[in-house]
Amino acid sequence: MQVTPHSPKRRALVSGLARLGIWVGAGTLSLLRPLWAVVWNQAAFETMKIDAAIQAAGIRQAQLSDDILINAPEIAENGAQVPIDVTSRIPGTEHIYIFADKNVQPYVADFVIGKGLEPYVATRIKMGETSPLRVYVLAGGRYFYATREVQVTIGGCAS
Amino acid sequence: MPEPIRIKVRLDGDVADVRALIGHPMETGLRKDPANGQAIALHFIKTVMITHNGVVVMEAQWAQAMSRNPYLNVRVRNANPGDEIEISWVDNRGESNAAKAKVPARA
Amino acid sequence: MRLRPRYRRALSVLLAAIVCWPAGAGSIDPVQDRAEMIEFFQSRFPDVPLDDYGLGGMIVNPDGRSQYDQIMEFPPFLGDIDQGKKLWETPLRSGARYADCYPDAGRNIVGRYPRFDNERQTVVTFEMTLNECRQRNGEVPYDYGDRNTMGALTAYARSLSDGMRIEIKVEGEAARKKYEAGRDFFFRRIGQLNAACSGCHFYNAGNVMRMEVVSPALGHATHWPIFRGGEELMTLQGRFKRCTEQMRAVPSGYASEDWNNLEYFLSYLSNGLPLNANVFRK
Repeated sequence: MQVTPHSPKRRALVSGLARLGIWVGAGTLSLLRPLWAVVWNQAAFETMKIDAAIQAAGIRQAQLSDDILINAPEIAENGAQVPIDVTSRIPGTEHIYIFADKNVQPYVADFVIGKGLEPYVATRIKMGETSPLRVYVLAGGRYFYATREVQVTIGGCAS
Repeated sequence: MPEPIRIKVRLDGDVADVRALIGHPMETGLRKDPANGQAIALHFIKTVMITHNGVVVMEAQWAQAMSRNPYLNVRVRNANPGDEIEISWVDNRGESNAAKAKVPARA
Repeated sequence: MRLRPRYRRALSVLLAAIVCWPAGAGSIDPVQDRAEMIEFFQSRFPDVPLDDYGLGGMIVNPDGRSQYDQIMEFPPFLGDIDQGKKLWETPLRSGARYADCYPDAGRNIVGRYPRFDNERQTVVTFEMTLNECRQRNGEVPYDYGDRNTMGALTAYARSLSDGMRIEIKVEGEAARKKYEAGRDFFFRRIGQLNAACSGCHFYNAGNVMRMEVVSPALGHATHWPIFRGGEELMTLQGRFKRCTEQMRAVPSGYASEDWNNLEYFLSYLSNGLPLNANVFRK
């Protein structure tokens, strides 16, 4: 396992560009777009309503799919660290979006899956209360989705 | 000084299983400091990028709802021993960090 | 009603427990006592190997255990342990380091704590030895309840004994009395809720109380410190404090006779079980 910090010069450049809302990739250009620039979707992330968040993320006419596999706990041990993983069996998966309906701000993450990556991601998220966990996939220009309910409780002793 | 990014890589066939633990407080802005009752300022990673031998394979946008010291596991295709994986992030204060790891010999 | 032999045995052990256990005074043999308690737990959880008891309530909660396994594969609190490593490696005022206070540079020693110190005629916990090391080398002792000092330091120091099996000794009458005092405390009702540790962690181990699966006392001493929610560091005596407060009783206090004896009793109970420092808890 190696951990090495980036050179200070590059960090300063990246920081500076990031302040302008532009992120520049480390190497050659992506196959998906001519310029690899990530502009954080403020409108989607800051809205407090699930439907508005889905709209603002650009998702339209999503179909329920059995080919989006979500692993998530039935009852989260602690809402601050909920381990989840998503596998998409839909060919041509390009984005995996994660929402937690009842979070203060329901939009949690957008993973852009390049061709060099399997359509799989595992991570840990915060969930404020019992809620559907919602995963959308963009593949071949169309949107698909699946949901899983995750219960979040606070017991009387583990606090 | 940002906190470290820890990376573990395992090669199964030609797929590199990459796991990262990214040091970052991921503050939601809603927690109060018990010492003085003040809200702890919003401080979270907004964008993450992963490259494989310099080619971007993953890009992500995150909310402050990603867990503290966030974990990320992805599987990189067409990987070989000696390949370089780099993970980098930028947060809402414009701070950033990056770390590299080499793909080891096949498991 | 005809019960299967296994259940009949468990029922008779349980009845014996309820009738006999709280009353024992001045005549407890730790060896026999521990054997009976282990038999009680094993009759309750027949399919759980002894080594798994460090998982607490998760031995009967596969959903919780799955989350634990996932998080422990790459836990979020590695930075806190690193902080402890820095403290451990920083020379003390005399120039010596913590490693100099212990045999084998502090590796594989935690399993022998708490120990009964014959000279001082008192139980000494591992955390007390860290402070004694500090004081011998010109430093003021750390506050046992401070996560950033004693918490972080013991998190790293205890990890040097990961995998070591607990081997507490109770030798001689004076030590036996401390064991018995700790055991009495475990079975004693305290506070506004008139609750004893045993009410939950013995008689109701594996059941749900206050919406939580209650952990068995067997295995309690194996896994400290914990990180609540992956981030709030808590030592064993820190947990005594929190639980005491939750039971609306007055905490005896860090390194008090009560808590040192209780820790002595709980650790002896877990003899043979492997140590595993720094674990996730909900």
